[in-house]
Amino acid sequence: MPIIEFKKVEKYYGKFHALKNINLQVEKGEVVVVIGPSGSGKSTLIRTINGLEEIEEGQLLVNGYDLADKKTDLNQIRKDVGMVFQHFNLYDNKTVLENIMLAPKLVLKRDEKENKETALKLLESVGVSDKTESYPKQLSGGQKQRVAIARSLAMKPKALLFDEPTSALDPEMIDDVLNVMKEIAKEGMTMVVVTHEMGFAREVADRVVFMDKGEILEDAHADEFFEAPKEERAKQFLSKIIKH
Amino acid sequence: MISVFQQHGQELLTGLGNTILCSVIALFFSLIIGSTFAIFEVLPSKLLRVIGRIYIEVFRNIPLLVIGMFFYVVVPQYVLPMDGFTAGTIGLTLYTSSFIAETVRAGIQAVDSGQMEGARANGLSFMQAMWHIVLPQAFKYVIPPLGNQFINLVKNSSVLAFVAGFDLMYQGDMIASATFDTFNTYIAVGVLYLIITLPLSYYMRYLEKKLA
Ligand SMILES: Nc1ncnc2c1ncn2[C@@H]1O[C@H](COP(=O)(O)OP(=O)(O)OP(=O)(O)O)[C@@H](O)[C@H]1O
Ligand SMILES: [Mg+2]
Repeated sequence: MPIIEFKKVEKYYGKFHALKNINLQVEKGEVVVVIGPSGSGKSTLIRTINGLEEIEEGQLLVNGYDLADKKTDLNQIRKDVGMVFQHFNLYDNKTVLENIMLAPKLVLKRDEKENKETALKLLESVGVSDKTESYPKQLSGGQKQRVAIARSLAMKPKALLFDEPTSALDPEMIDDVLNVMKEIAKEGMTMVVVTHEMGFAREVADRVVFMDKGEILEDAHADEFFEAPKEERAKQFLSKIIKH
Repeated sequence: MISVFQQHGQELLTGLGNTILCSVIALFFSLIIGSTFAIFEVLPSKLLRVIGRIYIEVFRNIPLLVIGMFFYVVVPQYVLPMDGFTAGTIGLTLYTSSFIAETVRAGIQAVDSGQMEGARANGLSFMQAMWHIVLPQAFKYVIPPLGNQFINLVKNSSVLAFVAGFDLMYQGDMIASATFDTFNTYIAVGVLYLIITLPLSYYMRYLEKKLA
């Protein structure tokens, strides 16, 4: 059974039709990269998966819960599905270590000692173990994003969502973050990643989903997609993005 | 002025004590009530947002004296007996809480929405995110305007004089009408208010600098 499954999902912002007839399945352990022009609905799509955006029609099953059902406890889903944002969204009033330990403490009631050990291990694995007592404003963008990834991992999620995790970074910091993401993918994490990093997509993605104007136009194996995209708009998009 | 202190020191001191007591009580409760309604105003629930809005608009737009009188005259007559000090303090609390609610709401909305979003996506409930992430950051923005509210509160506590609350202003009125020495009496009263408000004002400025 897929861990994430969209069935005929429709999403509106007021009158604006933001997601149109979305059908998509993500299996456990799969890495799916979502690409498409600006305003095509990539963020909207990914944000429906953990309930940051509501859907109006259809069914969206995540880890067995139905997001279309108003009675579904969103916190239950968010425990198991982490999210990494373009602008990091670290807690500005907390240190790096506190950022990572807060949700496990409050939500999972993980005991202090285990919580701290887990946090320190994660910080080491993302390469910021020398910054545990710093505040987010004292970190570089790349460090912030790696801390944000560690914060998501600390919840021991079943899936991770990434919304343009490297788009706000200086070029020299992008690889550090992508390398961390590659490691996570290698360990078998289910990932849905919105990104313009085609190198990453080629190397790590199992599937590529191409969106335009709120629709999924193409959903293909990564190799096939990059070899020969079927859709004309996908071709144009690829040629544009690879030229730059 | 000195002679007013010499001859009526005891009354003025009682008045000063009551003014401080009333201010501290009203400050404490208006902070709690005000922050609660501020949170109501940013809640996902439309109903609670409306309730918050109504509370704030009602108490912010009625003169303090009317609210005080309501508790001094109407409430004892129909609901439960209370003295002037209690009535005035309740009135002052409700009135001030509406201003504090506005201030705190503005502070909450000044915090980047990514903070709440990050916390919710991380699994925290709305209230957990509010308490641990948003409110501590909002606090920084609201220190200066809150300081003004506190100073206004001390000054507004003079409403107790109209409801026999035995505060500084009330005692001043009593002394003035007994001695006819209005000039010196009200100067003395003014000086005593300054003794409360000036240190408060300087402390707020210090806090502002420290947090900046
Ligand atoms: N909260 C909102 N209210 C109204 N319209 C919105 C809202 N959020 C997004 N939209 C609209 O929905 C469409 C899809 O937006 P979305 O952010 O999902 O695009 P995107 O593919 O992520 O774009 P980008 O690459 O620029 O991040 C856009 O036209 C946008 O203007
Ligand atoms: Mg986007």
